[in-house]
Order: sequence, then C-alpha cells, then structure tokens
Amino acid sequence: MTAFAPGDNVLVRDDWPETGGAVHIRTPHYVRGMQGEIRAYLGRFPNPEDLAFARPAPELELYHVAFPLQAIWPEGRGDDEILIEIYETWLARP
Amino acid sequence: MSAPDDLLSAPAEHLLVAIRDILAEKSIVSSAEIADRIAITEAASPAQGGRIVARAWVDRAFRQRLLDDGTRAVEELGVVMRGAPPLGVVENSGSVHHLVVCTLCSCYPRAVLGYPPFWFKSASYRARAVRDPRGLLAEWGTSVPDNVKLRVVDSTADYRWMVLPQRPAGTEGWDEERLASIVTAGDMIGVTVPKIK
Repeated sequence: MTAFAPGDNVLVRDDWPETGGAVHIRTPHYVRGMQGEIRAYLGRFPNPEDLAFARPAPELELYHVAFPLQAIWPEGRGDDEILIEIYETWLARP
Repeated sequence: MSAPDDLLSAPAEHLLVAIRDILAEKSIVSSAEIADRIAITEAASPAQGGRIVARAWVDRAFRQRLLDDGTRAVEELGVVMRGAPPLGVVENSGSVHHLVVCTLCSCYPRAVLGYPPFWFKSASYRARAVRDPRGLLAEWGTSVPDNVKLRVVDSTADYRWMVLPQRPAGTEGWDEERLASIVTAGDMIGVTVPKIK
C-alpha cells in the first residue's frame, strides 16, 4: 500500500542529513522544503542511502514528483516544471 | 598482477586491475562476466536509440508499450536490459518538451544509448539544465515556444530516462532505417530535436 497517489500534493522534508556527517542522498537540495505533486508511482527499490554504505537496504516506494520551476528558481517561466524521482521517506502531506 | 608496467603507469589502472583480480579471486564476478558487460555497453549507442525511436514513430502499438514499460519494449528489439536499471521513456509533443539531466551525478540510459556525451556529465550542464533550461536550449539552437511546457527530468534515482522526440515534418513515407538515421543522442536527451539533414 503506497502512502501517496498521482495528483496528491506533497512536501519534501526540509532535512539536511549531510550536515551531520557522511551520507548518500538522492533528494536534490533544491527541492528540500518545497511543495510538489505526485505524478506517478515508480515501484519499490532498495534504499540507496543504505546501499551506498553496504548496509541492509529496505525497499522504499519511489514516486515521480513534479515541481513548478518558478517556485524553485528565479529563471523559472510559465508552467515549466521539473520532474524528480523521490523516495517515500522524504515526502509528507503539506 | 602480471601486466607490463607501461600499461599500468597510471594509479587508476593499478586500482582497476587490483579490483578485477580481487573480484575474481573471491568469485564475486568472473573476468568473462566483466567482458560480457563491457560488450553489452559497447553494443549500445545513439544508433540503437535511433532504431527504438524510429520504431515508435511507425508503430503506434510499440510506441504505447515503450511509454508504458521502456525496459520490456526495448527488449523486444533485442536490447539487453538484464542487470540494467529500468528504462523510462518520456514523450515530446506539441504541448510538452522534455529535457533530461542528472544533477546528482551522471545517470544515463547506457544500456540503450551507450556512453553519455562528455558535456552531459559536466557541472555546468547539470546546473544549468535544471535552473535555466530555456537559456541552455537556446544555446543549442533549440527554441521551445512559450506555449509549450518545458519539463526538466532530473534523473535522481533508480530509473534511467530517455526522450521520445517528435517525428519531424517532411519524413512522411520514410522507412525505419532512414528515420533512425536522423535521430541523435541530443534528441533523446532533449537538448535538440531531430532535423532532416
């Protein structure tokens, strides 16, 4: 059972684990704390944050999440957007 | 290690040979398996991607299968996807243009398109594709009209993304081979669009 469905608004955790030591993160800094929209569910994959350190890696739900470019960068125009793969552990309801 | 010193002058070469030897010694991966993997990567190329795009242009049912499940669809055409990350395909149309980038590293659909172009891995491409994509496209000579949505696909995780470009006008009646010949790596990344040469 996935926590989110296409069309749901989500908030990316405003979390910066890299400030606390060595980590491997696949959530780009520029969307942390930003609100986006779930576009698709992409499946379950072992958590790369664990894989990178050869730790047991539980599978996580992965989503395609869209963000308005305008909300992120001053260069953003019109309804241009950015689509990013993000794991469920990084997402919350706004 | 028995290779002559002149082949191993760079520290990176030493490291590569050492890792290969250890992997073989521990029976994690054999040199035959490594050779297989190199052969698969070298068989992949933008020409192979061009054949996939051309098939999608002439075969509506294949196009749909490609958009639904890229991995399975390209396997139909003989592309070896075993061991490769899943392939996602995003389609350009009259209302949306896709641009693929990997801001975190250099994720690229190697199983299909082969090695990425050098600029795809550059810090400036990775930074600008996501921040000022229209400015970047203008430098490639690619203009996306204001009424067409630009969708940047930042390849951050387990998928590898490829763009299915629009078939250009003036190619009516062309066979697949001729269609495939006009498709470039840039067209399947989204920095350019196919042009009749």
